[in-house]
Amino acid sequence: MYTFPNKLRNLAIVFMAVGFIGLVFGFISAPATIEEAKAIVAANHGEGHGTSHETTAAHATHDADASHTEKSTHADEASHATDADYQEETQHSVQHDEYQEEAHSDSTHGDSHDAEHDEHVFHQLSNKPWAALYVAAFFFFMISLGVLAFYAIQRAAQAGWSPVLYRVMEGITAYLLPGGIIVIVILALSGMHLNHLFIWMDPEVVAHDKLIAGKTGFLNVPFFLIRAVFFLSGWTLYRYFSRKFSLAQDSATDISNHKKNFRISAAFLVFYIVTESIMSWDWVMSIDPHWFSTLFGWYVFASMFVSGITAIALITIYLKSKGYLEFVNDSHIHDLGKFMFGISVFWTYLWFSQFMLIWYSNIPEEVTYFITRIEDYNLPFFGMVVMNFIFPLLILMNSDYKRINYFIVMAGIVIILGHYMDVFNMIMPSAVGDQWFIGSAEIGGFFFFLGLFIFIVFKELTKAPLLAKGDPYMGESERFHY
Amino acid sequence: MSDKVVHALYDDDDVLLSAVKMIRSEKHHIEEVYTPFPVHGLDKALGLEETRIAIMAFIYGCIGLAVAVAMMNYIMIEDWPQNIGGKPSFSYLENMPAFVPIMFEMTVFFAAHLMVITFYMRSKLWPFKKAENPNPLTTDDKFLVEIGIHDNEKELQKLLKKSGAIDVSIIEKSE
Repeated sequence: MYTFPNKLRNLAIVFMAVGFIGLVFGFISAPATIEEAKAIVAANHGEGHGTSHETTAAHATHDADASHTEKSTHADEASHATDADYQEETQHSVQHDEYQEEAHSDSTHGDSHDAEHDEHVFHQLSNKPWAALYVAAFFFFMISLGVLAFYAIQRAAQAGWSPVLYRVMEGITAYLLPGGIIVIVILALSGMHLNHLFIWMDPEVVAHDKLIAGKTGFLNVPFFLIRAVFFLSGWTLYRYFSRKFSLAQDSATDISNHKKNFRISAAFLVFYIVTESIMSWDWVMSIDPHWFSTLFGWYVFASMFVSGITAIALITIYLKSKGYLEFVNDSHIHDLGKFMFGISVFWTYLWFSQFMLIWYSNIPEEVTYFITRIEDYNLPFFGMVVMNFIFPLLILMNSDYKRINYFIVMAGIVIILGHYMDVFNMIMPSAVGDQWFIGSAEIGGFFFFLGLFIFIVFKELTKAPLLAKGDPYMGESERFHY
Repeated sequence: MSDKVVHALYDDDDVLLSAVKMIRSEKHHIEEVYTPFPVHGLDKALGLEETRIAIMAFIYGCIGLAVAVAMMNYIMIEDWPQNIGGKPSFSYLENMPAFVPIMFEMTVFFAAHLMVITFYMRSKLWPFKKAENPNPLTTDDKFLVEIGIHDNEKELQKLLKKSGAIDVSIIEKSE
């Protein structure tokens, strides 16, 4: 049996405490009035300038690319800057997403542009700590959901190589329920109008927005929350039963538990791919309710799948380095490395497919999504492609490197951070516009949920032997070699 | 060098694998093994060098990528400038997303085809070449191990019989 080392437990608690302080600080420092928001923007202005110049330098080619696209696509959008002061204007330009404009047009219609802009910035800044909390909460929840899907695939495929890793996977999926409840609580708080992450939840906005009004049959708070609870209960039920059968199989004399696990895993996968897709529209895409992408469900799936597999690899290597999991050999790590490599490429394929079609067709309502990201989020947007694609591609391409723990850990940490950036890029531009920066709320949120994740996962690992010894494929898995 | 060889025939891949390990542990040099299908782990048991085709694949892929970039630049930008997606910038970099699928396909095309050609050349295979296979049974369900004889006929025959060969024959190789 595994015991939760005190050092790791303390580390997790320190992460949670530090993260909590960061989050609280983020919430306190968010502006309570428009005047405060103006002061914050004024104070940050010089700094923001520096950063974006750095960004421009780092991605000179992309910028050139973007600015040209921008000029041609926005030529007819009156709200936008003239070519001459284009660079200057982007620093503090009006958010491009039309919905933000429309969101406040009702109350500030007659006012001057400045007042409208100030109120706009105020809303973005007061959204920021909420968005930071939500990004981190969703990200760690997504890891455990990705692992649950991976686990179900191993069960349904009756894989022979992976049973030695079942207990690690079951440990990670223990985070599913608490993590999911936290996400749903945040969604419910949004539904109670404590924040403005989801603008379609605001009846004022919907009243003045024909597009959102047309979607209220699907996008309304009660149905939204019912769906969320339904999805989470479905996933949790599968997790509960598969864990139960897996533990029962340890001391069983026949393989009936294994067979039951196979059946519910196959059924779960069908349920999962449908609900995961709808979940991604609900929880992520609806933050930007005017924009839609038909492959968004797959895109979020690829992201959660690769982060989940990476989390399995990192925790396995950690446990092995502490002398546990002696039955896990290089070939198992090699296989996890292959999955990390392959799904990273798959993620890039979807990222690019989504980008290229929208870039090519250049339809204003679609392309605003990428214009915001390329202009205001240049470094995180393209930086994440380097972290999620180019780095793992080059590091994990060589077959021998996938057997070296050091390389897997290095690639794994970059992939995990890269997919945090991915979620950041999915949520932040719509929630806070160009008012983003990695501040105390973002770092605090990441560390708080990292601590909670470590705490729950390792706690679950102590509850059962690390070898699922009753599994009929265990012999094959232990002898597995490449 | 003698041109006399011994051919040992096996009817099971597991027996073949253990026989190969046994023959090598007795310090005999195996010239060649003929099998009807790839036997997992045989290359390691034979002590063959790791293939270097992966390195060539990477290089061929890079060549394909470069060819695609040069080709699309010539076709779409230089020779007959095209308005791509309503963005007439006539710059390769700014239209790069449109060329990514071609860049990808050419990378795969070059890597795959040049790898196959490399493999054929290294294995001395070409169209209409006469088969070198000594025993047609190895294209069906039998496995054949070929060992050169250096005045150790008796010893080899005994060893091969012991290793589970269903038939051991001495062949005079005509060059």
